This record gives sequence, structure tokens and C-alpha cells, in this order.
Amino acid sequence: MSVRQTTPETKTPLVPELKEPLPWLNKDEGLISWVSSVDHKQIGIMYIVTSLVFFVVGGFEALLMRLQLAGPDNHLISPQAYDQIFTMHGTTMIFLVIMPMLFGFSLYFVPLMIGTNEIAYPRLNALGYWVFLFGGMVLYASFLGGGAPDAGWFAYAPLSSNFNFTANAGMNYWGVGLVTTGIGSIGTGLNLMVTILTMRAPGMTIRRLPLFVWMVFFNTILLLVAIPALNASIVMLLFDRLLHANFFEPYNGGQPLLWQHAFWTFGHPEVYILILPAWGMISEIIPVFSRRPIFGYEFVAGATISIVFLSMVVWGHHMFTAGMGHPLDIAFAISSMLIAVPTGIKVFNWTATTWGGSIRFTTAMLFALAFIVQFTIGGVTGVMFAAFPVDWQMEDSYFVVAHLHYVLMGGTAFALWAAAYYWFPKMTGKMLSEKLGRLNFWLAVVGFNLTFMVQHLLGFMGMARRVETYPNLDWWQPLNLISTIGAFILALSVLVFVWNLFVSLRHGEPAGDNPWGAWTLEWATSSPPGVHNFEQVPPVRSRRPLWDLAHPENPDWKHPEAIKGL
Amino acid sequence: MLNHSVFNPVSPQALSISNLFIVLMIVSLAIILLIAGVLAYTLTHYRYRAGQGEPSPAFGIVRLEVLWTAIPFVILLFVFVGTVSAMEISSPPSDNAPDHHHPDLTVIGHQWWWELHYPSGVVSANEIHIPVGKRMLVELQSVDVIHSLWVPQINGKIDLVPGQTNYMWMEADKAGTYEGTCAEYCGAAHARMRVVVIAQPQAQYLAWQRQQLASPPTAASGLAAQGAALFLHSTCLSCHATAIGPDLSHFGSRTTLAAVTLTNTPAHLAEWLHDPQAVKPGNHMPTFKLTNAQVQALTAYLESQK
Repeated sequence: MSVRQTTPETKTPLVPELKEPLPWLNKDEGLISWVSSVDHKQIGIMYIVTSLVFFVVGGFEALLMRLQLAGPDNHLISPQAYDQIFTMHGTTMIFLVIMPMLFGFSLYFVPLMIGTNEIAYPRLNALGYWVFLFGGMVLYASFLGGGAPDAGWFAYAPLSSNFNFTANAGMNYWGVGLVTTGIGSIGTGLNLMVTILTMRAPGMTIRRLPLFVWMVFFNTILLLVAIPALNASIVMLLFDRLLHANFFEPYNGGQPLLWQHAFWTFGHPEVYILILPAWGMISEIIPVFSRRPIFGYEFVAGATISIVFLSMVVWGHHMFTAGMGHPLDIAFAISSMLIAVPTGIKVFNWTATTWGGSIRFTTAMLFALAFIVQFTIGGVTGVMFAAFPVDWQMEDSYFVVAHLHYVLMGGTAFALWAAAYYWFPKMTGKMLSEKLGRLNFWLAVVGFNLTFMVQHLLGFMGMARRVETYPNLDWWQPLNLISTIGAFILALSVLVFVWNLFVSLRHGEPAGDNPWGAWTLEWATSSPPGVHNFEQVPPVRSRRPLWDLAHPENPDWKHPEAIKGL
Repeated sequence: MLNHSVFNPVSPQALSISNLFIVLMIVSLAIILLIAGVLAYTLTHYRYRAGQGEPSPAFGIVRLEVLWTAIPFVILLFVFVGTVSAMEISSPPSDNAPDHHHPDLTVIGHQWWWELHYPSGVVSANEIHIPVGKRMLVELQSVDVIHSLWVPQINGKIDLVPGQTNYMWMEADKAGTYEGTCAEYCGAAHARMRVVVIAQPQAQYLAWQRQQLASPPTAASGLAAQGAALFLHSTCLSCHATAIGPDLSHFGSRTTLAAVTLTNTPAHLAEWLHDPQAVKPGNHMPTFKLTNAQVQALTAYLESQK
């Protein structure tokens, strides 16, 4: 035929469908099948398990800090050791726990949710995981190499860049470790981006993407912008430390604030890297357990876009106390306040989704609901920092510690817990125990809020962060003690959770394909899915393909409101 | 409970921030209560009841979306106006060239103490004396790493950045002693880099200034004289006369030692001289293994230097 065919079915895909299975040893049970795997599901689980291990380590570091701070003038831990512990706690939680845990869920579920059998670059995927693990091990090898890094996770120069101030080799390990994990993160970001752009099932248009996939997609844009900036700045820092390059050394023409600008150019998008996929999880879980589609899909999706772009121009709000001058202060205050608007839109839409629903109080839903309230608290205190005279008072105080933990612990960690209870049945074929789940939830809520709510007050009273001891001023002791008790309750909830994972993996009730009556494609295959994810992908004619399948009398693609955005 | 907090300001600067903060707190609390309230309503009214079928789908209401996009914009506009007006009150204008400034005080950050220079010629450390009711322009510098000066009842914090000069207002309208701290992590003894602002009525402030400018008494004999000889002929001066350690000329007139770590009593000073690393681990003063007699002599000398 001379007519060139241009129908989508026959166009060569950018990433060709695999015709033969990749080398994969899953048939032989055991460690080798995991170590050699290029399967996105196995690698996803490896990310999740590894970051869970790092979470226990980082949590242990947090408990050590809370023990030291339980009373004034405590001598349990030396200041030098304390500095290493808080640096490692922050670095671990951000780079070795939250990011890889979110990667794990993204890598596992994005291909399933868009109805494809593989990720775009399976080998790059495996490389990303191993590079991440290697980076984490380099970071922790510092304990054996003369001392862990001790300049804080944001490593302000010249404290971090000059051997006179940080004499042990820890910061070198920090630099090399983070550059290494960063390379893995860039690969993973690229991989997810290409997968979402090129490998969607027929009918899965961009506008029909589940919100989790949507947010992971925009997260990949942030990854590709932010992580190279981090790696470049860390290389400059290592040049300063090892080759006396004087980028950040003030007495040889360098600029300490250059490090802050470079670091926060990465650092603020990073905050959104740590929360965007969590928002995506909440946007999947709230609707399923409210039995209603997400309220205002287009607005939640659009808000994500504006947040991604605004997040690249707000970094200066970490530097209001550094003396940037009023014009810059005002500019960054405006952009930081603006970003509150789309964030608010999300919270309002999640809340509105529950309206008129038929709410199922599963453990996953409980965690998601607690997320909404706790994230809102972390969000409004965030706006206070945009009003920079308030930042001048509260920056670097325990109020910041409370704020960031309300976002990352009360927010992201609770979303991850919700996601774990929601998706564990799909990943293992077993239900997690709801009874243990409720215990896990209530201990977590009580422990978390006890730990961090009082830290707002300590901030008002002038307690600076990153102190290993404090004078016995009014109320400082009882409030710190409450915080320490809360931290141990929170740790107990983690133990319950880990116990739940073990027990349910062995004795959990069988889950079936779709235990929650959910609507996205990952629930259309077996639990756990086979090597080949789908034998047949159901037709995708709306945002809720499985609802359409289950309700032929009332499918979304016939609903006048639902088809408006398609 | 909040006596020493940012909500008990003693200066117009801290008051303007406190007012902005309180307004933000109220607005925030209203937003949190709104979200929690709506959730409390939906969770009780729309909870699943046995035998209930699937609720009919709803996909959103555009008018509501516009509403909850527009209302936060309006709120934030007010917040922004409040922000700029608090800025004008609490922070010196940044467009002045540094040579136009005639600072009333220069604070230089060190690991882990504060060096103070007044235009009157007074040089001191760690205890900032100011006259009540005067708005002081304070110049901030650092010789090593980044520090940050924060006295919550007086004003917000501003960083002391090496290679850069920053400015802040410092004022107290009530006489008193106000606790503060270094707020930017600056190394091992960061937690023990504290500071106090001592606001005094004008007459007392001037008396303090006269005392600091006068030569401290010299003892001709006795323990203090032995201490003086020890101080002048050992290695003490190689740091304490070169601003590596604080100037001790009027040490006896200070109320605290080791950057507000301990109250300045002979017992505490002896403890410090015996083993500075035990009192403030990580600080730059080595443990000299002084004998008891040497410690007593040095204590007598330093406490006599009023």
C-alpha cells in the first residue's frame, strides 16, 4: 500500500515493547533472584525494604537525640557525637528514607497504574537502586572512617567546607555518598518520566492518569531540575574541602552565601520531591475509601503544576536571616506565599471528596485523614515563615523543627503508612492486620503529636535547634520531656507496624485482586502481579476504568460531568 | 509560660513581629479548625452504614474551586501588607551603603562567644549592655563560621556571616536581662554560645560605660597580684589579648562566664580554669592542668578586674 499508516496502533513506540522476557531468575527462590532482578516490582520492593531499614536507623538516631534532650544539662552524649547524630538523622531521613521509599512505591505502581508490563529502562532501574544503596553505605561507612559528618544536613559553608571547622573526614563521605545517591535519583526520575510519557495503555491519555501517576510525573521534573543542582554544589564543596578551591571561603574571595543559594536551589524543590508523591497517594486513597471520585481532579492536577514551577523560585525563604536585603526578602515572600494557594486547593479538594461519600474507616483511610489535618498544620506554619519578620524570630528554632516534622512526618510518613496499608495486599497477596493497624495508627497519632506539638512552644520560648543541651529555663524541661516521651510512643508504633508486616506476610488473610473495590488499573491484575503484569489490560475510557467495568449501567465515560475533562 | 518568649516583646521591633505572628496564628487556627470541622462533620454524617450501596459519583464544583482559590489570595494579600509593615519597623533599611551607618554597637561572632565593640571604646564580650529606650543600630560580623544573634524579646535573629556585614535594630523599653542564643549551628559548642542583653536606665548604663573605660584596679600584693603575674606571663594573653578569646579586662564586672554558660562566681571560675573542656566541651580553650594554687590566684585576679 502506498498510503502511509499513521494510526496510533501502528506507530512505532518510542520505547519498544519487550518481545522476550528479560534475564530474570525469579523462578529460583532466594536472594539471587532479587540481586539479579530488573523487574520494576522487585526493585520497588527492594527500595521500600532498604529504606525501611534506614528508617529504623534514622529513627534510632532520633531517639538518641530525644534521650539527650530529655533534661537540661544532660551529659549522655558529647556535643561532637550529637552533631554527628543530628546530621546523620536529617541526611538519612531525607536521602535514604523518604526519597527511596517514594521511589519504591512509584516504581512498583506507576507501570501497573498506567497498564504496562515493564518500566522504560529496566536495567537503568536496577542501576539506580544499587547506586542508591552504595551511596547510603558510603555515608554510613563514615562512622568507621573517623567520624560521621557533623555540619548538619544542609551543611552550611564555611563550617562544612573548611577542614579547620569540620576536621574529621565525615563531610567527605557525606559529599561522595550524596553525589552517588543523586546519580541514582536522576536515573530513576528519567526512567519514570519516560515510562509515563511513552508506555501508557491504549486509552490512558494524559488527562486520564491517576493522580498518583500525575504527581509522580511532575515529581520527575523536579528531580531532573534539583538533583543535578545538588550534585554540582556538593562537588564545589568537595573542591573547597579537598583542593582549597575557595568557592565558599570568605577570606579568599569566596562567598558563604553562594553555598546557601546553590544548596537551597536544590533544597526547596527537594521539599516538594518529598511530598508530591505523598499527595498522589492521598489523592488515590481518600476517594477509594470515601467511595467517591476525587473532587475537582483538574484543580488538584493543575495545582500540582503550579506548585512544581513555583517551588523553583522560593528557595530564598530559607535565607531570610542571612541578610539578603529587603528587596530579595520581599520577592521570596511573594513567591512563598503564592505557593500556599495551590497547596490549599489540594487540602480543600481532599476534604470535599469525603462529602457525601460512604466512608470506610480502614487503617489506610485513618492514616490519610490524619495526614490531611497534620499536613494542614505543617502547611499553615509554613506560611508563617513566608511572612519573613516572623521567620526572623522563628528560623532555626524548635518551631522550625516542629513545622518540618509536621510536613515530613505527620505528612509524608503518614501518607506512606496509608499507602502501605492500601497497597500491601497488592504487593503480597495478603491483607495487613487491621487490628494491629489500628494500634499502629493510634500510637503514631498520639506519639507524633506529643513529640512535635510542644516543640512549637519551645520555639516561641527561644530554644534554638541543633543544641545538644539547654539551660534550665522556665518550662523547657517539662516540654522537652513530653517530647521525648512522645518520641518513644512513636517508636513503639513503628515496632507495631514492623510486627504487622511480618505477621501478615505469613498469616495475613488472602487479599484477592481488588480487596478495596478500587478503580485504578493496578487492581485489575492478580495480587501479587506476575512477572508479566497484565494478561489483558481492561479498556480505559475514563479516569476510573474499574468503576466502569463494575458499573456498566453508570460508567464514568457516560457521565456528563466526568467526560468534560477527558 | 510565655514570659520570655517572642510573645512578650520589650521593643517596638519585637512587638511588630509579635502582632503579625498573632494575627497569623489566629488565621491559621481558623483554617485548621475549618478543615478539621468539615472532616468531623463528613466522617460522622457520611460514614458507611451496613447495607448501604455506592454513593452516586460527583466530580467537583467549579464555583467552589474558584472560591477556595480566591479567598486565600485575599488573605495572603493582607498577610503580605502586614509582612512589609513589620519589616519596616523591625529591620534597618538595607539600601543604605555601609559607610552611611554609624553603628551603636558591633557584634563579632566567634566560635563560641560574642565580641562586642562600642563606639565609646568599650570592648566587652557576651553580655550586651544597652540603655533603655534607645534604638541601637547593631552591626554584625563573623570571623569564622556563620552565627546568628537571637534575643527573642528584643528582635528577630540576623546571621553573622563571615565576609559580610549585616545590621539589626536592638532596643528594650523596659530595664531587664534578656536571654538569647546563637541560633545558627556553628560547631561543637553551639549550644553553649548563649548571650544576654542587659538593658539599663541611662544613668546606670553610663556608669557601666565609665567603669569599662577606666583602668581596672591593680593589686600590689596578695593572691590577686600573684594571679596578675601568672596571667601576664603565661600564655593567657596570646589568645585573650588577640580576640581569639574574649577580652578579660573587666571580667569581674560580668555576671556570667563562658558565653553565659555559668554564673560568674569564684567557684564556677575555678571550675572553668581547672577544666574548660568539661564545662563547655569543644571550646577553643585548652585544659592547662593548672595547680590549685594557680587557679586560686587567677580566680582572685580575674574577679578583681571590675
